[in-house]
Amino acid sequence: MTTATLHDVRFIEPEKTRNYINHDFGVLSWLLTRDHKRIAILYLFSVTIMFMLGGFFATMMRIELLTPEGDVLTSDTYNKFFTLHGVVMVFFFLIPVIPAVLGNFILPIMLGAKDLAFPRINLLSWYVYMAAAVIGLYVIIVGGVDTGWTFYTPFSTQYSNTHVFGTTFAGFLAGFSSILTGLNFMVTIHRMRAPGLTWYRLPLFVWAMYATSIVQLLATPVLAITLVMLMFERAFGVGIFDPALGGDPVLYQHMFWFYSHPAVYIMILPAMGVASEVVAAFTRKKIFGYKFVAFSSLAIAFLGFLVWAHHLFVAGISVYSALIFAFLSYFVAVPSAIKVFNWTATLYKASVSWQTPMLYIMGFIGLFTIGGVTGLFLAALGLDVHVTDTYFVVAHFHYVMVGGVVMAYLAGIHYWWPKITGRMYPEWWARLAALLVFVGFNLTFLPQFVLGYLGMPRRYHAYAPEFQVLNVMSSAGASILAVGYALPLVYLIWSLKGSRKAGPNPWGAAGLEWATSSPPPKENFHETPVVTWDAYDYPQFLKAMGETQNV
Amino acid sequence: MSEQAHAEHHPFLQHHFEDLGQQHEASTLGMWFFLTTEILFFGGVLCAYWVYRIIYPEAWAVGAEQQNTLFGGINTLVLIISSLTMALAVRNAQLGRRGGQVLMLILTGIFGCTFLAIKMIEYHAHYEEGLLPGAAWHWAKEPALVPQVQLFMSFYWSMTGLHALHMIIGVGLLLWILWRAWRGQFGPEYYGPVEVMGLYWHFVDIVWIFLFPFLYLIHGAHHHG
Repeated sequence: MTTATLHDVRFIEPEKTRNYINHDFGVLSWLLTRDHKRIAILYLFSVTIMFMLGGFFATMMRIELLTPEGDVLTSDTYNKFFTLHGVVMVFFFLIPVIPAVLGNFILPIMLGAKDLAFPRINLLSWYVYMAAAVIGLYVIIVGGVDTGWTFYTPFSTQYSNTHVFGTTFAGFLAGFSSILTGLNFMVTIHRMRAPGLTWYRLPLFVWAMYATSIVQLLATPVLAITLVMLMFERAFGVGIFDPALGGDPVLYQHMFWFYSHPAVYIMILPAMGVASEVVAAFTRKKIFGYKFVAFSSLAIAFLGFLVWAHHLFVAGISVYSALIFAFLSYFVAVPSAIKVFNWTATLYKASVSWQTPMLYIMGFIGLFTIGGVTGLFLAALGLDVHVTDTYFVVAHFHYVMVGGVVMAYLAGIHYWWPKITGRMYPEWWARLAALLVFVGFNLTFLPQFVLGYLGMPRRYHAYAPEFQVLNVMSSAGASILAVGYALPLVYLIWSLKGSRKAGPNPWGAAGLEWATSSPPPKENFHETPVVTWDAYDYPQFLKAMGETQNV
Repeated sequence: MSEQAHAEHHPFLQHHFEDLGQQHEASTLGMWFFLTTEILFFGGVLCAYWVYRIIYPEAWAVGAEQQNTLFGGINTLVLIISSLTMALAVRNAQLGRRGGQVLMLILTGIFGCTFLAIKMIEYHAHYEEGLLPGAAWHWAKEPALVPQVQLFMSFYWSMTGLHALHMIIGVGLLLWILWRAWRGQFGPEYYGPVEVMGLYWHFVDIVWIFLFPFLYLIHGAHHHG
C-alpha cells in the first residue's frame, strides 16, 4: 500500500471522527435505524446465528454418519435434521448472506449514494426476515419438520405429521424479505448513482447484485405462490397437488424449481461479484474483459430461468422435455466459464498479494469450477439417472454453495472488514482459518462424490458398511471445517478492540468505498463524490484522489 | 452545513435523495418493479390454473357455470370506474386541487368497498351451495365431476381470495393517502405517493380483468347437457 492511497482521500474530512457506529447510541438507535450500514450489521448478527444453527444440524448428521448403523439419531430425528439443515442454510443463510450483509453495507457506498432508495423498506426486510426466523425457531422447538427442504408433495401435504405449515410459512416470509432487498437494490442502482458513475464504470459487484436482484424479483414470487398453494392444501385439503383429488404432484416440483433453481444464482451471483472485487484489488489490475464479466451475470440470471426441470429427470416428465432441459442446462456453463476464464486471465502475469481475501477467492475459483463441472455431469440426462438422490448430488451442490458461496462470503467479510469496523483482522490467524476451511471442505465433500458414484443414497441415517471409510473421512473433514469456521468468529470479534486501525484504504484498492473513511460516516460521504474513473482504473482513481490533496 | 441546506428543501424530500425529481423517479420505479413481482406471484397460480384447465376442460366449464356472472360483471364495472376515479385523483394531485383529490380518493375507496361487499355476497352464496373445498363441500350437481370441480373452486377461492386481499390492502393504503391529501400535502411539486398508489390500484384492477373471464366466462368451449 502506497502512502498516496493511505492519506490522499478525497471525500472525507480527516478531523471528523463521527461515523455510523458512534453517531447514535442505544439499542433503539439500532433496532429502528434506517442506515443501510447498520441494517447490514443487524443482518450480520442474524445470519451468523442462523449459520451456527444450520451448522449444528450438519454436525449432528456427520456424527451419525460416522458408523454404518443408525445409532446416534433415530431415522425420524435424522429426517428432521437434514430438513432443518437445508431450510436454515438455504432460506436463512445462503440467500440473504451476501446481498443483505455485504451488499447492504457496500452497494450504496460503491454507488456514491447516501443510502438505499428505500431505507424503511430495507429495515422492514430485516424485520420480515426476523419474523420468519422466529417462526422457524418455533417450529424447531415444537418438533421440527421432516419433508426435506424441498417440501415435495404429496408427502408434505398428505402424509407428513410434522410442522410443514409453519416451516413453509417461514419460507414464504423469508422470500418476501429477499424480494424487498432485491427491489431496493435495483431501484438504487438505477436511480442513485453518483455523477459520472455510468453503467460501464460500475464495480462488477454492482452488476452481480443487479443480476441477483432480477432473479429475486422474478423467481421468489413464484415460490411464494407455490408455498401458498401448498399451505392451502395442507390446511384446507384442497387438491391442487393431490393425485387423489385430480391434482398433480409433479406440478409442485415444476413450480418449486422454477424458483429454487434460479435461487442457486441468487446465492452464487453475489459470490461472483465478490470474487471480481477481490481479484481486482489483490492484483491491482482491471478485471480482464470487464463487459464480458458484467453481462455474463445477466446471462446467468436469464438462463437460470430456463433449466429448472433438470431437477425432475426421474419425476416422470417426458423424455423430450428432459432432453431440452438437459441441453439448456449446458448453456449456463458458458457465462459461468467466461467469468472463471476472465478472473484467471486477470491473474495472468499479475503481482498478486496473497492476503486472506485472495486466498479465499483462489479457493472459490477452484471449488466453484468443480461444483460447476459436476453440475454438467448432472445435467447430462443419462448420468443424472444413475446418480439421482445420491451423495454425488450432495457433493455437487455443496461445492457450489459452500465451496462457492461461503468461501466468497468469507473473502468478502475479510476484504470489507476494515471498512465495516475500521480495524484490520489478524492476518496470520485469518490465513490459518482460510487454509483450514479449504482443507476441511475438500476432505468433507470430495469423498461424497465417490460415495454417490458408488451408489450411497442421500437422506438415510444408516448405510452399507463398505461406505464407512469414506464417511469417516467426510466427518473428519467436517470437524476441521468447523474449526475453520469458528476461528474467524473469535478473531474478528477480538479485532474490534485489539487490532490496529485500518485507515480508509488498507488494500490500496480502487473504488468509491475506499474513498471514504473507515468506518464510513453516517451519510457515507461528506460531499457527493464525482466519479471520473472506470472501474478498477488504478491510475485514474489515484489521480482523482491525489487532486483533492492539492486543492 | 447540511442542516441549513435541508431547511430550504421541500418538507417531504428525504435526506438521501438529491432532489424531488430523483425521489419521484425512485418511488415510481420501485412500484413498477414491485408490480413485476406481483405479476409473477399471480402468474404462478394462473399457470397451475391453465395446466388443469387443459386437463379438465369439462369441469372448468361446469365450475364457471356455478359463478354469478351478473355480480361478477357488476364488480368488473365497479373496478373499471374506480380506476378512472383513481386516475382523476392523481391528476387532481398534479394540479394541486385538494378538494378534487379528496373527492376522487373517497369515491375510489367507496368503489373498492363495493367490490369487496359484492364479493362477500358471492362467497356466502358459494358457501351455502357447498362450493367451499374441504369439509364444507356438499355440492353434487354433477357427481362424476365433483373432484375436478372442487379443484376449479380451489383456484377460484385462492385467486379471488388473493385478489381480495390485495383490494383490502389497497383500501387501507387509500385511507392513508386520503389523510395526507386531506392535509394538503400533495401538489404539482410532490404527488409521488398518489401516483404510486394509483399504479398499485390499476394493477389490482387489471388482475381482476384477467380473473373475471378465466373464472366466470369460459362456458363457451364446452356445451354441457
